[in-house]
Amino acid sequence: MTNSINEVLDTNVIFVTGSNTTESHPVIGAKIRQAVQRGAKLIVAEPRKIDLAKDAEVFIQIKPGTNVALFNGMMHVILEEGLHNKDFIAERTENFEALEKMLKAYTPERAAEICEVDAEDIRRAARLYAQADKASIFYCMGITQHTNGVNNVMSISNLAMLCGQIGRESTGVNPLRGQNNVQGACDMGALPNVYPGYQPVNKPEITEKFEKAWGTGLSEKPGLTVSEIMNAAGHGDIKFLYIMGENPMVSDPDTTHVKHALEHTEFLVVQDIFMTETAQFAHVVLPAAAFAEKDGTFSNTERRVQRVRKAVEPVGHAKPDWKILMELMNHLGYQKMYRHPEEIMEEIASVTPSYGGITYERIDEKGIQWPCPTPDHPGTKFLHKGSFARGKGQFMSLEHKPSAEEVDPDYPLLLTTGRILYHYHTRTMTGKVDGLNRIAPESFIEIHPHTAAGLKIQNGEYVRVSSRRGSIVTKVKVVDTIEKKVVFMPFHYAIGAANMLTNTALDPTCKTPELKVCAVVVEKLSQTELDSLRSYAAAGFIG
Amino acid sequence: MITITINDQKVQVENSSTILQAAEQLGIRIPTFCHDKRLVPHGACRICVVEVEGARNLMTACTTPVAEGMVLYTDSDKVAKTRKEILELMIENHPLDCLTCEKAGDCKLQDYCYQYDVKEGPFHGVKKSYKVDDTNLFYTNNQNKCILCGKCVRVCNELQCTGAIGQFERGFDTHVGAPFDKGMEHSNCVSCGNCVSVCPVGALMPKSKERFRYWETQKVRTTCSYCGVGCQMDLVVKDNKIVDVKPAEGPANDGLLCVKGKFGYNFVNHPDRLKTPLIKKNGRFKEATWDEAYALIVDKIKNTKDRYGADALAGLSSARCTNEENYLMQKLFRAVIGTNNIDHCARL
Repeated sequence: MTNSINEVLDTNVIFVTGSNTTESHPVIGAKIRQAVQRGAKLIVAEPRKIDLAKDAEVFIQIKPGTNVALFNGMMHVILEEGLHNKDFIAERTENFEALEKMLKAYTPERAAEICEVDAEDIRRAARLYAQADKASIFYCMGITQHTNGVNNVMSISNLAMLCGQIGRESTGVNPLRGQNNVQGACDMGALPNVYPGYQPVNKPEITEKFEKAWGTGLSEKPGLTVSEIMNAAGHGDIKFLYIMGENPMVSDPDTTHVKHALEHTEFLVVQDIFMTETAQFAHVVLPAAAFAEKDGTFSNTERRVQRVRKAVEPVGHAKPDWKILMELMNHLGYQKMYRHPEEIMEEIASVTPSYGGITYERIDEKGIQWPCPTPDHPGTKFLHKGSFARGKGQFMSLEHKPSAEEVDPDYPLLLTTGRILYHYHTRTMTGKVDGLNRIAPESFIEIHPHTAAGLKIQNGEYVRVSSRRGSIVTKVKVVDTIEKKVVFMPFHYAIGAANMLTNTALDPTCKTPELKVCAVVVEKLSQTELDSLRSYAAAGFIG
Repeated sequence: MITITINDQKVQVENSSTILQAAEQLGIRIPTFCHDKRLVPHGACRICVVEVEGARNLMTACTTPVAEGMVLYTDSDKVAKTRKEILELMIENHPLDCLTCEKAGDCKLQDYCYQYDVKEGPFHGVKKSYKVDDTNLFYTNNQNKCILCGKCVRVCNELQCTGAIGQFERGFDTHVGAPFDKGMEHSNCVSCGNCVSVCPVGALMPKSKERFRYWETQKVRTTCSYCGVGCQMDLVVKDNKIVDVKPAEGPANDGLLCVKGKFGYNFVNHPDRLKTPLIKKNGRFKEATWDEAYALIVDKIKNTKDRYGADALAGLSSARCTNEENYLMQKLFRAVIGTNNIDHCARL
């Protein structure tokens, strides 16, 4: 997030897109509603009529994968009506003319046709956003998990810069990070092309710095991304794979492909707190401590580094992940010892400029938001005040591009996936909590009443859902909160798994798979299939 | 700033303060049930009454703004007598089952009755006889214990903004529940438990798998391990087991949690947790020691690197693990194994 969570309370206009905030980030969802109660106006652009849509001044039910067209349409209106922030554009940005030229073709009518919405709603959203004193955009995976995910994000930046809604309090571009420490994992360089603090691996001066700090030679060749690792493993090019606290058998697209990759890895180590679907494939499974059993820090979505504190002893012989990794390094002949995670943080601060001023003592009570380069730096509440990281903000001329897979007569429905309130990611944790499982026991698919009637299927019925990659059985929820040609599934479940169906097509720049759009067909089950399903259910596999 | 006198002490306070805020600044404790600094002041429970010189009646400290020259007494005989009467009215129809009440030790009603020496209600009138609503999977609503401070309803409306509960009927029959008294399961409650966390008595209580007394527990402040909001919470621990979770006033969550943070902690003690390293032999996992597991992994790393080069090895780090652990994971692959093949699920 460029800005802090609590700044939403003083925002005048909140634009939520590609985020079902009240379910995926419930406390931020509650704060958005608090802001609305205080008078803020809300714009929601989502493929489903999510809960927040009820609070929205403008709700735009867009076709999945058409965000760039929507933003371009809004920017067209803003320019046409002269609502852009001319001073901000002149002082802080470049390449405006190219954008202006490109936007000419995106009349709200044309955007509305692509997004399958009402052009008047695009106009209303554009005016609300542009005319706000302080407007803030919140987005999540509905923006990024597309083959044009990077374009979606840059298009959001275009919109924010065009209206000068960035670099001030209660404005900004605010991606909501999904996992407790996905921000921190990125900050710490758990990425193939950068060291901690986003320092590139292929810059000689950076390599030299880390070689000196770590006392060892380092490779300047950027590594493979997770999708590339899975591909390489499937082809036998990755011989040894070490997976810590991830469950790609449920979380990654095209489960059949992931299974193939794991089966073709010569040696697989999985370190986790439960025997996950992925751990089943491992040659060695290492028992890790859960969050309550260890010390450390997480960095939240607003870049705040906060303490994690040990409350109970690890179960059995389980060990905190840091200890396992340290011991393994020691066994491999690298003799660095850490007595406590605090000592690791000292090392992090010494090599990571944005964490330079972070110490356990300083973050004890309220945490600190990076960038925090020095021990006397208070941390950074919001980014891009006065200037951007690269100096001037660069407008990018981005055209709408269709998703990798469109509907056709064989696969006539668009499947989009997401989270629900009562489960977390692959259910490794929430699947072990009785109440949560009773509320949300099994996989389901949301279908519009008209579509369901056409297929002669009813609420609660089990159906077959198939894509070009796989086929699963799941339960129907007939809802009027979704468009007729779109269906939705949560991706949490290993049985009736949405990711058996999803597409591995990647964004060319950041290699994010298009989990939010794929073409599927929904079919009624035959009597034989229903009978075998019943025997499955009797055996406790479903239901 | 204005000058007021509290308990014969002259102090300067912000002119927008309430009496309660001014007293807090001086470290003077005034009892409250319905007060919560995140909510619009309500003045429902009356327990915070104080004596203001020149005023006809006692004033509620939580709703009354200070004024220049105000002279206050927060613990005069008159105040103590009134608070005692308020408590007597409250416990008049309150089940006095403190011996077995799960809230004992963490109950404001119990604490204040002790402070003001209130043992029972003097009138021996009718007791409430509501059926306990246990239809929500995570908490119970026992209206026989409710003191009608209204904090739960206000948190649900003003902070959580769900509006699942309200106060129904009037006078003695006033009670908190879901619309049309249909039970919590038929409301739009999202089980965040934020009402439960602010209940000062035992009316809204989490359904705990463990029996414990609050005085047997310790609290450990930590960061929630579910989504990226970074809510702060206190793990309530008894005998090396988490028995309850209470929201803390963190910069991101201001004392709020969701259903997963508040009630989704039992996985930590789940019997299916991995407890020992496992090595697969002939397709089946066998328990192993750490030394055996490390030896095998080290051997495989060295062999793979020798035969195919470091880029034949790859690691997936975790958005679930700490910063320190992610740092070590990428350091293991870069500095010790010698490849940049390290990623995690951020791009998924």
